[in-house]
Amino acid sequence: MTEKIENASDPLQVLSDFNSLAPKDLKNLSAQNLWSLNEKEILAVQAYFRSLKRNPTRAEIETVAQSWSEHCRHKTFKSPIRYQEGSKTVLIKNLFEETIARATRQTKKPWCLSVFKDNAGIVSFGNKGKWALAFKVETHNHPCAIEPKGGAETGLGGVIRDVLAAGLGAKPVLSTDVFCVAFPGKKLSLPPTALSPERILRGLIDGVRDYGNRMGIPTAAGGLYFDDGYALNPLVFVGSVGVLPATAVKKEIRPGDLIVVAGGLTGKDGLHGATFSSANLNGDDHSTAVQIGHPLNEKRVMEALLSARDQKLYRSVTDCGAGGLSSAVTEMADIVGARVQLEKEILKASDMEPWEIWVSESQERMVFSVPPANLKAFEKVFADEGVKIRVIGEFVKTGRVEVLWNGQTLINLSLKFLNNGIPLEEKKAVYVPMKFAESRAAFPKKSIPEQLKDILSHLNVCSREWLIRQYDYEVQGGTVIKPLQGTRHDGPGDASVIWPQAATRDTSDLSGFAVGHGLNPSSGKIDPYQMAWLCADEALRNVLCVGADISRAAFLDNFCWGNPENPQVLGSLVRAALGCRDASLGFQIPFISGKDSLYNESKDSSGKMVSIPGTLLISSIAPVPNIEKAVTMDMKGPGNSLFIVGPTGEDMGGSLYNEINGIAGGTVPRVDVRCARRNFAAVYKAMSKGLVASAHDLSEGGLLAAVTEMAFSGEFGAMIDLDALPKQKPIYSSEVLLFSETPSRILLEVKPEHEAAFAKCVKGSCVKRVGTSLANPIIKIIGLDGLVLFEESTTPFKTAWQRKVLS
Amino acid sequence: MKSPKVLILSAPGTNCAVETSNAFAELGAKPDIVPLRLFKEKRVRLLDYDIFILPGGFSYGDEISAGRILAAQVKLHLIDIKNFIRMGRPVIGICNGFQVLVKAGLLPFSPSCEQSASFVANDSGHFEDRWVHLRINTQNPSLFFKGLPEMIELPVAHGEGKLVLRSPKQLEDLKRNRSIAMQYVSDDGKIAPYPANPNGSVFNIAALTNPDGNCLGMMPHPERYTKIYHHPNWTRQTFQKQAFGMAILKNAVDYCRG
Repeated sequence: MTEKIENASDPLQVLSDFNSLAPKDLKNLSAQNLWSLNEKEILAVQAYFRSLKRNPTRAEIETVAQSWSEHCRHKTFKSPIRYQEGSKTVLIKNLFEETIARATRQTKKPWCLSVFKDNAGIVSFGNKGKWALAFKVETHNHPCAIEPKGGAETGLGGVIRDVLAAGLGAKPVLSTDVFCVAFPGKKLSLPPTALSPERILRGLIDGVRDYGNRMGIPTAAGGLYFDDGYALNPLVFVGSVGVLPATAVKKEIRPGDLIVVAGGLTGKDGLHGATFSSANLNGDDHSTAVQIGHPLNEKRVMEALLSARDQKLYRSVTDCGAGGLSSAVTEMADIVGARVQLEKEILKASDMEPWEIWVSESQERMVFSVPPANLKAFEKVFADEGVKIRVIGEFVKTGRVEVLWNGQTLINLSLKFLNNGIPLEEKKAVYVPMKFAESRAAFPKKSIPEQLKDILSHLNVCSREWLIRQYDYEVQGGTVIKPLQGTRHDGPGDASVIWPQAATRDTSDLSGFAVGHGLNPSSGKIDPYQMAWLCADEALRNVLCVGADISRAAFLDNFCWGNPENPQVLGSLVRAALGCRDASLGFQIPFISGKDSLYNESKDSSGKMVSIPGTLLISSIAPVPNIEKAVTMDMKGPGNSLFIVGPTGEDMGGSLYNEINGIAGGTVPRVDVRCARRNFAAVYKAMSKGLVASAHDLSEGGLLAAVTEMAFSGEFGAMIDLDALPKQKPIYSSEVLLFSETPSRILLEVKPEHEAAFAKCVKGSCVKRVGTSLANPIIKIIGLDGLVLFEESTTPFKTAWQRKVLS
Repeated sequence: MKSPKVLILSAPGTNCAVETSNAFAELGAKPDIVPLRLFKEKRVRLLDYDIFILPGGFSYGDEISAGRILAAQVKLHLIDIKNFIRMGRPVIGICNGFQVLVKAGLLPFSPSCEQSASFVANDSGHFEDRWVHLRINTQNPSLFFKGLPEMIELPVAHGEGKLVLRSPKQLEDLKRNRSIAMQYVSDDGKIAPYPANPNGSVFNIAALTNPDGNCLGMMPHPERYTKIYHHPNWTRQTFQKQAFGMAILKNAVDYCRG
């Protein structure tokens, strides 16, 4: 019986010799049936059934496999890890608990209303804390590699459902999307099953556009990053922010409440999605593992859910995502218990086995816990939106999940075993620092203006207007700071500000919020620890630049790595997690939610296993207490002073300048967190008093790229004096001063009439006047010798920046 | 009449009802978001309302074509709509709502209410969100543009916004009976191609009315410009400091107040 199980006429499909199988045969059985249970795990399952003195049904094993999948259980983050760094070895008992969760506990923020336990992180929001914001970002990488459009649609649909199921349900008011793909237009030698980067990118954009726009949720906070390391495994991060009443954060399960499924019908789509996402992509056919989304159905569910929430018709809700009903019901049953009559689920396919119904990942379904007395009213609300509901069972105080099929027991498992029975294996992690020759000062062949053009036209810097405009970033009438800013509405904003009037229905409350992202895989190739710091720093500066109160900011993490069974891959992941912990403590910003996606590796055309670069996305959310004080990045007028926040160092390692000039390695910049925190607080103080005319963060391309973007977005010019730049230590190279990517830096524009008050706000922090805005649209740089280094019109720079990305 | 009653129709897939309702509430009107279902069940009467709004969105997922299914439903279940218009009460179809008005044969106006125009995919081939400059036709008799300057800005966001007409003669008719309410123009007020005209609409038409001027169909979204903070350049303070979307909706409310 080590063959793949064929569907038999017996609906229960008892695996009649399971308990007597040898370990080797069990392992094969797991592999054949796509259970992704490793040897130790399937042996634990056998031991459990041996103790029950009966053989399992297929449905029972499927339930365990879903529940114990990497996708649902985050085994890597929760297993003990023996971590070796240099000559030191430490035992980390639970990576998540000892890094991210610990930092969040230690920051002790009372406005964090729910962290890590619900479908999304929840923080307090709005006047008098009447409201709350739920924020979740997750990945949908494996499906998007096979079917980019469908993958992006169901990814976005899934994260929207997470927010709909946060607390008793939040109304989604913003979607975010970050894509990591290979450079388009390059000849890559891909295996025959892999799609080209162009095709993947087009599919992803089509998916987010068609789904997000139809849902009536603005997509206004995204990112796009190119690296050939993503050729076989593109990364897709989709996020959703929702607003809910502060009184609707708590959910509960009471025995006697009904288990009610609402939404789309169940079919064969998405079998084994949860276990599939923990497997390597190897070109085999997993066509049933990717689902197709339907936004109109999800919108109907959303409208009904919000209406039922406001009428207080249910006590708990969760979405049916990976693992389908199996995951949703066992998650909700938690320690209480559930009894299900599975034949009551309504199907859209006639040839389904009971176990398939149980684990199917058909989209747009939610599971509710409804008190029997409310059922009639609940049904009416959903029927009014044209959504079918079905009662499939009830919560019972047995501590077990029991599933019946026409009266016969299909599944009878103890929740204790499901939740705690997974044997966690100690994993080995080794961090080997990358060795590079010390980065040499470059001897570029090109002039500085030519270098600037190369940077601005680099795919990781150039304009995203062509992409952003395909998304409805203004629906719900709340996008008060747009992703595109400036005179011609085309400048690269650091973040959008959302005023969620469509959710609060209170136009007198001018509270808004901003969302940012930090992503820096190139620094991670040198040091993942510093990458985490840089991501946190960038995510914070993004929202600070539009006027958000970063003392109330919260972070989300998303780790995308290769195969954690490889000690070096795991070592790099551990180091990034340690970086997250220290950055969170350093900035005193809690993490409220997170996700990981591992096993992002595939065989290339020569059959060699290739892993993605370890990629961390840190997303930030912070309130803008009064939207009237929000700030944009475009230069506002001539004769204003330009101030730089933070000192410049010789930070060329991992910089775009080095990449363009073909220089590898170097030192990754370090965040001086004490200095950064003091500076950021001063900047926010000045912004909240309306003293800052524009602000832009310094990221890829450094100072020169940032000032040029500010100038051409506002259609003015700028003069910068390099001698006036505050420096960490003496720097004598103009190139370094202009292109260094020292973190924690921001460029500000201040009007003359505000300068005195501004100076008061920033007293004691490292904020120095470095230049002036000009009426003439030129960039003029005064070198260290006091002479004009160059003076050029901004027009060719903007043209270079507005290059075509996809032909 | 102190507080005109506003009916904002919702159907599966309509998206912009809430922000439209918020705007009318702020203007002191009484907005109700009414699901189409209540019309099917004959539990609501259109003529009990003073203003009728078809909001933006993707009604029925825009399957078949934009607004097509909802248009059929409106014809079937909102049988009073022609009377409502004939009685001179204000009607605004916004974006998807404009598409519905056209596909229901209510705009361009004809006594037979036969569909005489349509919308096709934008010339760019995809959905686009951008702020556009619009020139209001001062010859247009409508009640919606009182007190507004000739040039205004509003955002558009659609994938099927290119208005196409049956014949060149129909365009002449529309011009003659002053039914063209707004045109897409460049920032200096000239009829110009993409991106000034975001979709390739014939004669840069952005909005139409009936000859009486009380039924308005517009691709731009007035409910997305109800506060100055909606304008993309509000932080530059170099724009006309009137939220023109709100002004259009206010004119409808003021008209009912008499």
